[in-house]
Amino acid sequence: MDQETRRGATLIAPPLLYALALLAVPLGAVLVFSFWTQDYLTVDRTPTLANYVKAATDPIYRTILGRSLVISGAVTVLTVLLAFPVAYYVSFHVRPDRKSLWLFLITIPFWTSYLLRIFLWKVMLGYNGVINSALTGLGIIDEPLTFILYNANAVVLTLSHAFAPFAILPIFVALEKIDRSLLEASRDLGETGVTTFFRVTLPLALPGVIAAILIVFIPTVGDYVTPAQVGGSEGTMIANLIQAHFGGLNDAPMGATLSIVAMASVTVIALALVWATRKLGGAR
Amino acid sequence: MLRAYTIAFLIFLYAPILLLPVFAFNDGTVIAFPLDGFTTKWFEELWTNAELHAALVNSLLVACASSVLAVLLGIAAARANIRYKFPGKTAAMGLIMLPLVLPEIIVAVSLLVVAIRILGLDLSLWTVVAAHVLICTPFAVAILNASFQSLDASLEEAAIDLGFTRGETFRLITLPLIMPGIVAALLISFTISLDEFIIAFFLTGSDPTLPVYIWSLLRFPRLIPVVMALGTILMVVSISILILAEWNRRRGLRRAGVADKGGFL
Repeated sequence: MDQETRRGATLIAPPLLYALALLAVPLGAVLVFSFWTQDYLTVDRTPTLANYVKAATDPIYRTILGRSLVISGAVTVLTVLLAFPVAYYVSFHVRPDRKSLWLFLITIPFWTSYLLRIFLWKVMLGYNGVINSALTGLGIIDEPLTFILYNANAVVLTLSHAFAPFAILPIFVALEKIDRSLLEASRDLGETGVTTFFRVTLPLALPGVIAAILIVFIPTVGDYVTPAQVGGSEGTMIANLIQAHFGGLNDAPMGATLSIVAMASVTVIALALVWATRKLGGAR
Repeated sequence: MLRAYTIAFLIFLYAPILLLPVFAFNDGTVIAFPLDGFTTKWFEELWTNAELHAALVNSLLVACASSVLAVLLGIAAARANIRYKFPGKTAAMGLIMLPLVLPEIIVAVSLLVVAIRILGLDLSLWTVVAAHVLICTPFAVAILNASFQSLDASLEEAAIDLGFTRGETFRLITLPLIMPGIVAALLISFTISLDEFIIAFFLTGSDPTLPVYIWSLLRFPRLIPVVMALGTILMVVSISILILAEWNRRRGLRRAGVADKGGFL
């Protein structure tokens, strides 16, 4: 082993051992645990697929897992669509020395307590909430709207708000990297502003869009606070179910199984997306 | 039109946050319009709430310990990543950065399983610190990667040639040059730990951190205005930290003589 290798290995050892001990080993433990079963107060250590069968067949588990993926998918699409024009505006229409000020303005709201931001959406959407008070005050509606809180829509809206900057920043970075002379070349060659956008800008911004999609999708699938606060019973997601199994239901092995299934679904979707864009990029 | 949309989007981003001070100073326990007049009594109640003070102290301890440990691990990982070549580097860095792309509930569950079912540990603030170090380290590494990247290796070589030992070179040359990165990484890690809820919710024992305590308050409508007052203070504090971080970042860029390429993160 040469000196270079030895020094590098010595330096990486503490963070690597930490990640092995507190991440790799625990994830392995969850995997092992997911094959055990809970037998009232004791855990039966005979390896079995019973939990996985239950997760695949029991309608409650299937509904909630499916709903988590659908809600996260909707949040991702909505957030990225809403974020793209903002990132585009800051990158293409703001003076270079003003850009960091705009980014600063966009990120500030996200440094207030996450819990309170979610809770404030409950205040916005509630029966006596801001939106209902405003609408009844203006005489637009007579009765407060009840369909805007405690359902999946409320979860989608709240999560889209919470994850907005995580979508704006990677798209902004990708747009900043675009060589502006390519856009001029496209215009000189007779493309219109619109076709230039779709044939030059958007393909070049794609890595940022993909990063934004992954950054929003992966954590939202496992979000606990938002469904618990604004989701009501029809907005419950997988994290709430996992928490319930470790808490009140006292069935940790089933909770471990649900964690593995959730993590596997997210990984498969994320990899499929990355693979699809590579394929798309290679075919061009 | 794009400008109008962006401004409308900013209003959407700020709308819920602006409610915090509104209801923190509102003289009524119901969080709804119309408002009931001005009061500072919710802030006074904060001042006398012992449980809240304990939770705040717990959170500050956890955030200090987590950020310092995460930055120490981050320095080692980023230095190894940028400066050295060795087999298995990609895989090692991949594992260290993995918490960035894992839903936090998974980290919480896996550590809970190990702590309770396998090691039989009692949950305490230390279990929270251990988990927060894990999730803060990738952020510290990302920031410090950039610091080590912009560090001119010939400065270190010159110091060694002039007779400094490797330890002296690191302390007297490298450390001052990457200091803005270290401060930024400390601030980010501190803020992440201070605000983190789900992992702390799973891993705290009898001593709650501030988010876990706030979560318990949200169930009692009478205490909601107090939570609003607390939120207002937290908002002011974190915006101050953010401005401090931004100022520190710009100072670092000026010192390194690099052009400003936009905000951190």
